[in-house]
This record gives sequence, structure tokens and C-alpha cells, in this order.
Amino acid sequence: MNSSPTLMIRLAPWLFTVALLLLWEFVCRAFNIPEFFLPTPMAVARATYEFWPAIYRNSWITLQTTLIGFGLAVGFGLFLGLAIGWSRTIYAGIYPLMIGFNAIPKVAVVPILVLWFGIGFMPAVLTAFLISFFPIVVNVATGLATIEPEMEDVLKALGASKLDIMRKVGIPRSLPYFFGSLKIAITLAFVGSVISESIASNYGIGNLMLQAQAQFQVPLIFAGLVALAVEGIVMYWVMALLEQRMTGWAQRSGFAQT
Amino acid sequence: MSGFIALDGVSHRYGGIQAGPEGILAIQDLTLSVGRGEFAAVVGPSGCGKSTLMKLVTGLQFPFAGHVMVAGEEVRQPVKIAGMAFQAPTLLPWRTTLENLLLPLEIVRPHRGEIRRNRAAYVERAEKLLASVGLDGFGSKYPWQLSGGMQQRTSLCRALIHEPQLLMLDEPFGALDAFTREELWCVIRDLHAVRGITIILVTHDLREAVFLADRVFVMSARPGRILAERKIDLPRPRDLEVTFSTEFQDIVHELRGHIVKARQ
Ligand SMILES: Nc1ncnc2c1ncn2[C@@H]1O[C@H](COP(=O)(O)OP(=O)(O)O)[C@@H](O)[C@H]1O
Ligand SMILES: [Mg+2]
Repeated sequence: MNSSPTLMIRLAPWLFTVALLLLWEFVCRAFNIPEFFLPTPMAVARATYEFWPAIYRNSWITLQTTLIGFGLAVGFGLFLGLAIGWSRTIYAGIYPLMIGFNAIPKVAVVPILVLWFGIGFMPAVLTAFLISFFPIVVNVATGLATIEPEMEDVLKALGASKLDIMRKVGIPRSLPYFFGSLKIAITLAFVGSVISESIASNYGIGNLMLQAQAQFQVPLIFAGLVALAVEGIVMYWVMALLEQRMTGWAQRSGFAQT
Repeated sequence: MSGFIALDGVSHRYGGIQAGPEGILAIQDLTLSVGRGEFAAVVGPSGCGKSTLMKLVTGLQFPFAGHVMVAGEEVRQPVKIAGMAFQAPTLLPWRTTLENLLLPLEIVRPHRGEIRRNRAAYVERAEKLLASVGLDGFGSKYPWQLSGGMQQRTSLCRALIHEPQLLMLDEPFGALDAFTREELWCVIRDLHAVRGITIILVTHDLREAVFLADRVFVMSARPGRILAERKIDLPRPRDLEVTFSTEFQDIVHELRGHIVKARQ
């Protein structure tokens, strides 16, 4: 009996996915829903097979765009997060700006990026970057801001400089926050690149879906959606794995184990 | 006598003097002196400025009036000859017990320059210290694998690893159960006896103060001042049995009277 809960947990995602697909198929057939409104999973699978080369190529492009934007966001987000955590003045100066910037829907920024860089790769990368750095900054800064004052006192009384405290306590402490934020950031970056692709690009899954829509190939639109979902899950999973690897010490709660 | 630690007419306000009546006057006109190697205890009602007193002595805060002298020098920056332990053990969860102990050595000169080259020697020192508080073999455990009492012992070791001349303890046993607490009293008692280190202990437990200290200072309610000072003449080494003697209980009673007055 001991292994059955873990087995259940391993199987659960697959069971739930299959159940959802069956339900979808069933609803489409039972209510006779036309294919141009909501295609069945079978039709979507067929479209995926038929258009596989295009889907594969464009998925790959979207993935690259997303990862480059995400990489920029990680670098910039870490830097800004550390800067904000380092100095109250920098915090006070930058935080309101960042909140304002974050409130702007990034769709609205794409036309400007197109104006500057032309249609295609650059706007998509930059949209992915712009939409995903915010959670990284906030999380890194939070990790630094929540150092226990007693810990700081212990170190200061030993003659520790601010840099010492940052290196010995601040940075290790903010790592779980940082790696946690990567899961959110990668998903957002993905959203960003697809948005930009569907507005202003000739490549990528976003563009593929737009063209499918223009040609009324509804199953292909859904095949694009599925490709996006699969890519999103894989990237999220990689980030979650990374988080577990790097900050195992921060995760020892047995909460919600079954 | 101007002692190893001497506070003379010290007043401290949070928010700085410019905060005026807006700021919180934590300590007012406080004078006290502790000799080298002495064990002093400070008791007082909650919020009276005991932790503030610790911060003033270690140079983490500075008074707007009066002088704080440590080892003959006016305190103008963190003192660097002190080890500190608090009610919360504040161990770093990503470091093992041993690595937590080594942390001060990575910061304090001259050790910080040598710890890489001489790591083995420092590890041995840390392990000896762990053994001396009854934690042999726990060096490789993470803090969350230790009980509260063991974490607090580790925290004490961390305060001592760089062999400071001054040990500052701010209610270090407040969160422990009665038995563990009395065990740790004996640990501290022995450390003090062996090392001849100067100790200032802040506590709200009068028995703890009387059992451990050479002198007990009673603070008034905020803004804190020293209301009374009581020399504890109980012979050393003191055994836990002494806490049941009438002499001991009389002293506790007497201090209790001061505290009751202080709270009014
Ligand atoms: N960092 C701080 N900023 C402002 N007020 C503080 C700060 N630390 C303590 N105080 C105030 O100073 C007074 C004394 O605090 P503290 O020294 O911590 O008391 P104790 O340790 O005796 O309980 C309290 O009224 C507390 O609210
Ligand atoms: Mg206190």
C-alpha cells in the first residue's frame, strides 16, 4: 500500500489530461458542434500530423525567441533586484517606475518596437523580455528585504561590510525566491513572444495561428494552441526542476503530500 | 572604577535626535559599568530598552547623549570584539551546523584571510566547540534537523567561535522549555568559568539572572534607566541545587520587588 499514493500522483496528470480530452471529444460529438467552431481532439491531432513540418519549424522559432527574451530578463532582473535590495534610495526611486511600467499592457508596446526594429525577431524577443523581468526583480528584492534584522546585527557586530552581508546571507537567501520567479517569468516570456508574433512577424507559432485563422483552418489554430501548451509545460517543468535542484534546502514542508 | 564596559549618562532615541518627541525615547540617562571577565545580567519589564542597550554596547546604535566605552575606547562603529546570540537562533538554513559555526570566521579579521588555506584547523576548532556544548557529531546536520535547544547551543557556539572578549546574550533561552533552559544555564556557566569572558545577559527570568550573574541590573520601564544594582555573592561554581536555597530565593524576591516597582 505504501507505493500506491506516489504512483497515483505520478499517473494523475496523464489521467486528468486523458479525461479532459475524452470529455472534449464527447461534447463535440454529442452536441454535433461544427468543426469550424470547435474541432474535436481527433481533428486537432489530424491537423497536427498534416502540418507537422510547419508546426515543428515555427515552434522551434517561438522557443528560441522566448528563451532569448527570457535570458535577457534573467540577467536584467537579477541585476535590478540586487540593486533595489541593496539601497533604499534605489528602491524608492525605481519601484514606482517599475509598477507603472508593469501596468502597461505589453501589446501596446509592440507597435513601438516594430517602429524601432521592424517586423519579426527583435520585437518578439523584446516583448518577451519586457513582460517577464518584473517578477524576477520583485522576487530577488523580496529575498533581500526579508533578511532577519538579528542576522544582520550578528554579522555587523563582527565587522561585516554590506557586501559581506549580501554575499553570505542576502544572495543565498534570495535564491529560492529567484528560482521560484523563473517559473512565472518563463511562462510570461512565452506569452510575450507569441503576442508579438501574432501582431508583427512572419514566423513563429503566433504567426502560424494567425494565418490559419485567415484561411479558416480551425483545427490548425487549435493544433497551434496545443503546441504552445506543450512548449509551455516543458519550459515550466525545466524551471521547476532547476528550482528543486538549486534550493532543495528551502523545500522541506510535507504540506499537501497526498 | 571605569570598567571594561562603561555607559555614562546614555540616552537613545529611535529615529535620531531630530525625530524629537516623534521618535521613541528608548533609554534615558543610563549609567552602568561592567568589569572585565564579569558576568552581568540585565532585567526589566518588556519594551524597556534592554535590546537597545545591547545594540548601544555593540555599536549597532549610537546614543544622542552620553558616552559608551568598550575596552577603554568610545564606541563609534560596531565593536568587533563581541559575539551575540538572540532569542531566535538565526542560523542559516542552507548551511550545516558546522558551516554555520564557520560563518563568523569568514568575516572577522584575521581569520577571513586564512580560512581557505587553514580550513582543516578551523573545522577542528569548530568541532571542539560543538563537543563542549554537547553537540558532538552534529556538525553535518542542517539546523532544521536539530531541536530548539540544539539550535540555541549552535547559536551560542557561533557567538563564541572567533573567541570574542565580550559575549552579548539577548534573552537567549526565552523560547526554550524549562529543562532545556536549565541545561543551557550550566553550559553558559561553564563557558564563563573556563574562558573568563565578559558576558552581558538580558533576560526576563529572575532565577536565570541570579543563578548566572555576578551582578544584576534592574531597568525601569521605558525610557530605560538603571533602577537598582544587586551583587550576587553566591559562591562559584554554582550548582542548580543552589536555586532551591533560601538565600537564592531571597535575592530573587528582592529583585522581584524592584521589577514590580519598575512596572508602575
Ligand atoms: N528599530 C526601532 N525603531 C523604532 N523603535 C524601536 C526600534 N527598536 C526598538 N524600538 C522601541 O524602543 C523601545 C525599547 O525596545 P527594546 O530595546 O527592544 O526593548 P526590550 O528589549 O527591553 O523589550 C520599545 O518601545 C520599542 O518599541
Ligand atoms: Mg528585547
